[in-house]
Parts: sequence; C-alpha cells; structure tokens
Amino acid sequence: MLSGMTRGSFDPHDIHAPALNRPVPDFALPDQAPGQGFSARDLRSLKSPVLVNYFASWCIPCVAEMPVLNALKERLPIWGIAYKDKPEHALGFVQRAGNPYARIAADRDGLAAIDWGVSGVPETFLIGPGGVIRWHTASPITETMITNTIMPLADSLKS
Amino acid sequence: MKTHPLRRYGVIALLACLLFAPFVAMAVDDPSEMLPDPAQEQRAEAIGSQLRCLVCQNESIEDSSADLARDLRHVVREHVAKGESNQQIMDWMVNRYGNFIRLRPPLTIGTLLLWVMPLLALCIGVGVAWWTFRRPRTATPTPLTDAERRRLSDLTETR
Amino acid sequence: MNPELGNFALALACCMAAGQAILPLIGANRRDARLMALAPALAVGQMIALITAFACLIHAAITNDFSVQNVAANSAVSKPLLYKITGVWGNHEGSVLLWAMILSICGGAVALFGRNLPSALQARVIAVLGGVAAGFELFCLTTSNPFARVWPAPLDGQGMNPLLQDPGLAFHPPILYTGYVGFAVPFAFAIAALIEGRVDAAWGRWVRPWAVAAWCFLTCGIAMGSWWSYYVLGWGGYWFWDPVENASLIPWLTGTALVHSAIVVEKREALKIWTVLLAIGTFSFSLSGTFLVRSGILNSVHAFANDPARGVFILGLLALVIGGSLLLFAIRAPQLTTGGLFSPVSREGLLVLNNILLCSICAVVLTGTMYPPFMSLLFGKTISVGKPFFDATTIPLAIPLMVFMGFGPMVPWKRAQMWPVLRRLWWAACVALVALVVATFRMRDILAVLATATAVWVICSSIADVAERLRLFRQPLAQSWQRARSLPRAVFGAALAHAGVGIVVLGIAGMSQAAHRIVEVHVGESEMLAGDSWTLTDVHPAEGPNYSALVATIEVRHNGRLITTLHPSKRTFASQHQTTTEVAIHTNLLADIYGVLGDKHGDDANPTYVLRLHYNPLAPWMWLGGLIMAFGGALSLSDRRVRVGAPRRAKTVDVVVVQ
Repeated sequence: MLSGMTRGSFDPHDIHAPALNRPVPDFALPDQAPGQGFSARDLRSLKSPVLVNYFASWCIPCVAEMPVLNALKERLPIWGIAYKDKPEHALGFVQRAGNPYARIAADRDGLAAIDWGVSGVPETFLIGPGGVIRWHTASPITETMITNTIMPLADSLKS
Repeated sequence: MKTHPLRRYGVIALLACLLFAPFVAMAVDDPSEMLPDPAQEQRAEAIGSQLRCLVCQNESIEDSSADLARDLRHVVREHVAKGESNQQIMDWMVNRYGNFIRLRPPLTIGTLLLWVMPLLALCIGVGVAWWTFRRPRTATPTPLTDAERRRLSDLTETR
Repeated sequence: MNPELGNFALALACCMAAGQAILPLIGANRRDARLMALAPALAVGQMIALITAFACLIHAAITNDFSVQNVAANSAVSKPLLYKITGVWGNHEGSVLLWAMILSICGGAVALFGRNLPSALQARVIAVLGGVAAGFELFCLTTSNPFARVWPAPLDGQGMNPLLQDPGLAFHPPILYTGYVGFAVPFAFAIAALIEGRVDAAWGRWVRPWAVAAWCFLTCGIAMGSWWSYYVLGWGGYWFWDPVENASLIPWLTGTALVHSAIVVEKREALKIWTVLLAIGTFSFSLSGTFLVRSGILNSVHAFANDPARGVFILGLLALVIGGSLLLFAIRAPQLTTGGLFSPVSREGLLVLNNILLCSICAVVLTGTMYPPFMSLLFGKTISVGKPFFDATTIPLAIPLMVFMGFGPMVPWKRAQMWPVLRRLWWAACVALVALVVATFRMRDILAVLATATAVWVICSSIADVAERLRLFRQPLAQSWQRARSLPRAVFGAALAHAGVGIVVLGIAGMSQAAHRIVEVHVGESEMLAGDSWTLTDVHPAEGPNYSALVATIEVRHNGRLITTLHPSKRTFASQHQTTTEVAIHTNLLADIYGVLGDKHGDDANPTYVLRLHYNPLAPWMWLGGLIMAFGGALSLSDRRVRVGAPRRAKTVDVVVVQ
C-alpha cells in the first residue's frame, strides 16, 4: 500500500467515481470570460478528444497544474469549467496563470459538477469522440500523467 | 505519477491536514435550505444521514459544513420535493459518486465478509469456547519439580 | 542550546532503552543478579532523560524559539501560554515524543512500584518495555525529530490550528496516550511470562492493576475526545466512527476483555493462554491505533501521508513488535498449563461470554475500519463504512453483553445455578421492563428502546449487587454500614464501572431523541424549540488574545421563566484566516441546551443571524458515565488487596523460574 502511495497507484483518498466510459452528463453552462461556455451537446458532437478540467481560483493545487496544462494545450484542446467561482476571480486566475483553455464555462452553483461526480477541484476528464468519458483523475495533472496515460489514450481515440 | 495529498479544497484541506484537526470548523447552514414540509424535511434528513460528505471524514452530508455537503443536501431536498423515493435518490447519488457515498455499504460479494463479521466473530468465539469446554482434560496435575518440592517443605515447616 | 540538550537527552534515552532491552534479558537468563539489577536503574534513567527532552521542547515552545522547526511550524508569539505548552503535543513530532516519554514513565513505574516482583520477572518486563521504547525513540530521532533546527529562523511561527486551541484538547492527548501506552505494561508482563513459560494466579494479580490503570486512562481519554467533538464542532455530534476514533475504541474493547479475563487468571488460574493473547492483542491494537492511522493508509485527515518514509519505518516497527510477540506466543503458549475447571454456568462462564462478545464487537469495528482500504487495494472499488453500518452491527452485540453484565458479579465461581441469582435480581428486571415499556412509547428506534432497557437493567443490577452484599434493608442499617466498611473496594469499583456503562448507554439512547432547529432571526426575535423559547437579545464584537470574535446573547425561557443566558460566539483567527464557532452549552445534567452562532446575513443596518439551536436530552450522561467508569476502575485500584496484599503474596509465591 505504501509503495502504491509513493507511486500514486494507490491513493486512499481517491473515491473512484464511476464516470468512466459513460457519455458526459447533460449540462449547459454559460460563458466564463475570457472563454466561451459549452454544453453536453458540444462535447457529444466532437470528432476528436478533448480534456475537460474543473478548476477554481481558490484552489492551490490548481495553480500548481497550470504550467503543465499550458504545455499540453498545443497537443490536446483543454476545456475548462470554473467551479463555484466568482466570474472576476476566475478571469483573474486564468489571466495570471496563462490561459490553457480553448473554451471556459462557469459552474457557479456547482450542480453540474455533482452530475459529473466531481467532489473537488482540480478534477480532469478525457472526453473521447461522441462525448464519452474515457479517463478521469481527481489529482492535479502532472507531466508523467500526460506522457504515460493521457497522450497515448488521446492518440488512440483520434484514429 | 505523484499524488499531491492536498489536492482539493486548497486552504481548507491544508488546515484540516494539520495533525489533530479532523473537521473543518462548523459553519451554520442556511435555514432556507430546509424543506417547508416537516415530513419531507425529516425524510431528507434521513437520506442525508446515509450519505457521506465526500471530502470529510466519516461525516454524513447532514452533519458536515463543507461546501460540497451543502450542495448535496440541496440536491437531496430538491429530489425529495419532486416526490422521488428514497431508493431513487440513493441510486441517483450512487450513479454519480459510486458506493463511496453510501455510509452503509451495500451487501455485495465484496462486502460479504464485512456484513457477516458480527455473526462470524460470535460463532468463532462460541465455537472455540465450546471446543475448549468439551475437550477431555488431563486431570492429572503436573508433578512438582524438585525445587518446588523443597520450597513446599520449607513453607510447611515455617508455618 | 536547550534544543540540543533535548536532542542529546533523547539520544541518550534511546541508548539506555537499547541497553535496558538487552542486558536484563541476558541477566534473567543467566540469573545474573547484577545484570538484572541494571533493569530498574536503566528504566529510571531513561525516564529522566526523556522527561528532560520533553521539558526542553516545552521550554523552546514557551520561549518562542522559532529556530526549532517544530515550534516555528506550530506556534506563534501571540498564542496564549497554555496553548504554547499544549501545542507541543498537538503535532506529529511532539506527540511521538510524548508517546515515548509516557512509555518511559511506565518503565520507570514498573521499576519503582514493582519492587515486590520476582527480580527475574521484573527484569524481563522492563527489558520488553525498553525494547519497544528503543524502537520508538529511534523513530523519533531518525524520521520525526522534534528538535530539528531551521535556519534562518523565522521571526514568528505559523501558529496552531485554532480548533486545537481549546482547554479540552490540551489534556486529551496525554490522557489518551497514557491509556494506549499503559497497555504496554500488561504486554510486557505477557511477553515476560511467555519467555519464562509460566502464568499463574500471582501473574494475574500483578498484571491486573496495570491493565486497570491503563483502562481507566483510555476510558477517560475516549470520553474526553468525544466531549471535545461535541462542544467544538458545533452540531452536537459526539462519535463519528472515524478511523481515529475506532483506533481508540478497539484497544478499549480488548482492554476491557483483558481486565475481566485477568480476574479469572487471578482467582481461578483459568483462561491463562487467552489472557496472555489479550494482553498482546490490546497493546498491538494500541500501537497500530496510534500509528497506522497516521500512516495515511486509512482515509483519515489525521494522516501524515506526505512522508512515506515514516510510514515504512512505523510499519516495520509494528511488524516487528506485533509479529515477534505473536510468534513467541505461538511457540510458547502450548507450554502454558491449562488451569481450573468450571461449568459453563458460573462466574468464569459469564466472563468467557463477556470476552466473546467484547471481542466480537472489536472484530466488527476492526473489519469496518480496515475494509475500505483493502477493498480499494484488492478490487479497486471504494466504499464507505459509517455510522449506519456500525450502529446496525455493534448495538445488537452490545445489548446481550449488557444483559449478561447484570448477572456477572452475582454469579458464584466454578459452578452456579441461575435461579438464586434471578431471585435476587427480580426487582432490577422489573425496573428494566418498565423502562422498556416507557421507552417503546417515547422512542421510534427499536435499538434505542432496547439500549435504554438494558442500560437501566445494568444500573439496577449493579445497585442490587452492592445492596445484596451489604444485606441492605434485611439487617439494621448499622450492620450494613459495618459490612460496607469491610467490603473490598474492588466490589464497589466494579459496581460503579458497570453502572457507568449503563449511564453512558442511557446518554447515547437519550441523544437519539435530540432535537434541533436552524433559524434565521433579527436581534430581539424568538424561536421555539423543545418547549423552550430562545430569544436573541444581543450580538456584539469582542477581542481575544489572538482572535476577534462576534458574541451573541441568547436567552432561553421556559413558560416565561429564564432558564439560562447563552453566549455562543464566532472567532476569527487572523494568522490562520480561519473561523471557529464557540458553542454555548447550558446543562442541568438531564439535558443540554446548546446554541451556536452562525453567519450574519443582510445589511449592517438591519442584519439577521443564523442560529443553530439544539436540545440534547441526557447528553451529559455520556461523559459522566465515562468518568464514573474510570472512577470505578481507580477505586478498585485503591483496594488494599492490591496495595498491601500483593507484596505479601509475592513473597510466598515467589515464582520459580522454569527454563
């Protein structure tokens, strides 16, 4: 268990929400400056994979994963959802961190997040073509996650 | 992949992780979230007390002051007001968060051992005791060693 | 300078503990009196060294020595003196040092109070304690040194979590740890007995006071912890079945079993192997309880998961201590002779039943606590095991336990008939039946009804037990008084402890009837709860030493008569950006009136305040009962048979060492 905890394969705090291989839940979220909001329909009509990332300006680990997301955005489009955040705070956060998001939606009351099975931020989903959740993590995104898991999976989903 | 243990709820988690602090300070909830009908409110509380606040320790969402718990309470009440059954609401929650959200785990193959434990432990205890009582005993006491015999005679002489 | 002295004292203590673990053991084996005589000396030396180390850490905290990393991370100049001191054990490093210090004090106590023990047994007991201590002092020195320096030293520390700045929590850890660590002494006795290959009545008599003492502290510690969460967390919750709480409950359950089975060893020389196993098990659970929980494997925020090195060290140490002692048990236990015979219906028989039920409850709590991580590891599925599960599984086991508890003290040893016992308990049974009927009408939950009835039964039967022994109302009172004076205190102790259990259970059953309301009011408005009218009369700001507060005044009236004025408040700690709610509780010992001040809404000209009002019937009984239990234990410890009888007995039954 302990070795699993150091490697990260065993996380006693992970809740294993059963989102995997399901279509994204129904939702429609408004714009969050500087991006454009999106809905379940947008995700379901996609032909190539995108990463959906829940974030908040008040979340410390979210700050930590921003450089990683910025490095990733050229290879894989990232759509952000601001979780229970004031619009101006979320805007300031994205501007400070360097915006990695192609589109940004605002989930102000956090109810869409519950439909996604999100229990906190950051939480990230890889959405395959047709809007199916192919991969999910409740931990901040890291370089190793991208090279070992996210990109291989995203590449296989493209073809 | 390295997991950051403080990934969620930034500041709150940081404080909560201080060694002895299991719980985030209680914030009193908004009375407006309670349902006007006392019978419905009671039912909502009964359901809520079976649901785990995902980001806290073994607290139910009724007991917790975390933001997510508040949102979940709100959702439960919405569903109760819509007239859904307890089972429907529970299924709705499990569908999103998995069995982790149930404070009373369901009886499955995996949790069989957990649920039969009371009976199993009792049976083993009674069984061992029964077996010990029934076992024919060697009634012959072990003979005294020389040293003990000497000591015994010393004692009887001094009396 | 001082932290270095502390560090040196800690290292010295570690060396002494290592010596204490090895030399007396060799001495006892070779019957070398000089080596054996080292044991008490080293134990006392180690105790003094660790007390010195601990004093150094406290000194560093009081003098705001922020060059010590532990102080910088957990203290601040503005913190009140009391919390500067108690903050020393409010963090990982300090609490490990406290743990080690208490263990060394236990060793010192065996050295000082155990002079009546046979020297070989005493040497071995102290050696085992030394071995355990050496391991934890090494852990302290290598992975969690509280004296580590930080340079450059910060000007001010980061301060302590405001939730911990509470007098209740100040004394909770030392008492709880004394309970945990105290079970190291019965453990050491068990290991020493296994090495010697001999357990007899005298062993039972020596080991029992130590077990009872540790049990008292653990009982108090658990009660205090529960009380703390009741008044600090602000919604009246008193037990969460959190892994941390379960970790203290598990050794309490086996410790309670141990205290009872040791009586059988002492009086009847039976259950010897089982008692040795219980002594080993209880301490093993204490160890795993304090450390496994903090290793981060269990889903608990008490964890120090961020440092797996500590986890590995601790798991290694646990494996060594627990695995080693169980191995020794497996090798040596078959050599222990089985003792006195008894029929299933007898005091011994009931004590066996008590042990079976207590251990079954323990097994349930243990499985419930450990299941989620194993489920997650083996099947990749996460589940939660919470209050609804534990209520449904432990209460049905606890109810028969309490039913038999009523009979226990009245049943004769060896062979008994139930009829005479029943005849003496008929009135207790009648009262319990009345309670059952009354509770059926007043409570909805069947388990709460049964719990109430059995609790009343336990209390009445303990009274009946004492009354019977005093021949109360069957003799002139003067004669009963004479009997009371000659009756051993242990009898009163046992009756009190049993009644305490009943009182705790009544408290828990009462709390299942608690009522609460959340209201939003303007100053001057009233709300009704449980027949009382609650009026918010005033809210004003106030300043504390390291916080600013908002204090409310709530008047609670019953039929117009003022019952109490509550002053709940909300504190904001600037240094941690955290708010705490200070609950106001008024108790009349039958119920708590419990008020919490919540958020302020609306504009400043005409604000409304959210209040949380609770009416908690019988709540104080939960902690009162706990204290009564601990007091009962202490009373039986003060029994002259323990104080005076033991040395006399020790001389005559001096254990002959069988190698």
